[in-house]
Amino acid sequence: MEKVFGRSKGLSGTPFSFCPGCTHGIIMRLIAEVLEELDIIEETIGVSPVGCSGFCQDFFTCDFVSGAHGRAQAIGNGIKRALPDKIVFTYQGDGDIAGIGTQHAIHTAARGEKITSIMVNNALYGMTGGQMAPTTLKGMKTTTTPYGREVEVYGYPIDLPKIIAALDGAVYVASVSVDTPKNVLQTKKAIKKAFRVQQAGLGFALVSVLSTCPTNWGLSPQESLKWLRENMMPFYAMGELKATEEVKNL
Amino acid sequence: MAKVKVLSQYCKCCQLCIEVCPQGGLKVGDKTNARGYNTVVPVNEEKCTGCTLCAIMCPDVAIEVYK
Repeated sequence: MEKVFGRSKGLSGTPFSFCPGCTHGIIMRLIAEVLEELDIIEETIGVSPVGCSGFCQDFFTCDFVSGAHGRAQAIGNGIKRALPDKIVFTYQGDGDIAGIGTQHAIHTAARGEKITSIMVNNALYGMTGGQMAPTTLKGMKTTTTPYGREVEVYGYPIDLPKIIAALDGAVYVASVSVDTPKNVLQTKKAIKKAFRVQQAGLGFALVSVLSTCPTNWGLSPQESLKWLRENMMPFYAMGELKATEEVKNL
Repeated sequence: MAKVKVLSQYCKCCQLCIEVCPQGGLKVGDKTNARGYNTVVPVNEEKCTGCTLCAIMCPDVAIEVYK
């Protein structure tokens, strides 16, 4: 019998440190598979931020640099400018890229930095105990909004990919999900495209992936995927939000 | 003829694979791994079609599929 599915060479043997059912693991597997398929594991440098996603240097076989909270893109931009032949990607949570690091996200896109960013959006700060993030949905209960997010007090959620798509330097922006096998395969396609955009040197690419946080949402892994489908997918703009002509021809 | 192998050292028993398998080919086993999680084991092995849906949804990359 032939092996048709197994662990990618892009993943180290370390078991993921995430809670059971957390979809971080699916997204990391997809990145590892894309790095292997494009044969760029050796020349890739990842940048990890702070948060649950900050553990990711342990799980990949490519090189990694750890950044301060929200600053992964600033570090990634520096690496890419100093070593333009390398493939540089950042792997950030929503609180990191859309909250603490918003200015870096916007200016990285505005300058058209030739890096790839993967944003993992679970609508709250997961690692620190489930506090409200800028991406928390209206009415959503978190540990700091126990009665639900009231927009009169806490404002409205941010849909970062939409903001980034409006900037000229960003050439590829996609918002995808990992709630069903079909969507997982679509996510892989989007991540692969984002890396190919960088290989072709076209500009900044962002892939936002809707993810779950069963522990802080207080739901089972199965219920979490259902909650994501019913609440997050209708609110966030989904699909390829921006792909320039050059990207489409890749 | 296809076969699913669960790498028990990685499994955290989130049961997303059980939910997604169209053949009912996986269940929670009796044994725990070194990290204290009950691990998933294959059942009805003759029914497995090797569709890889379980492996696609596994958040811990704990499933290998052979065909």
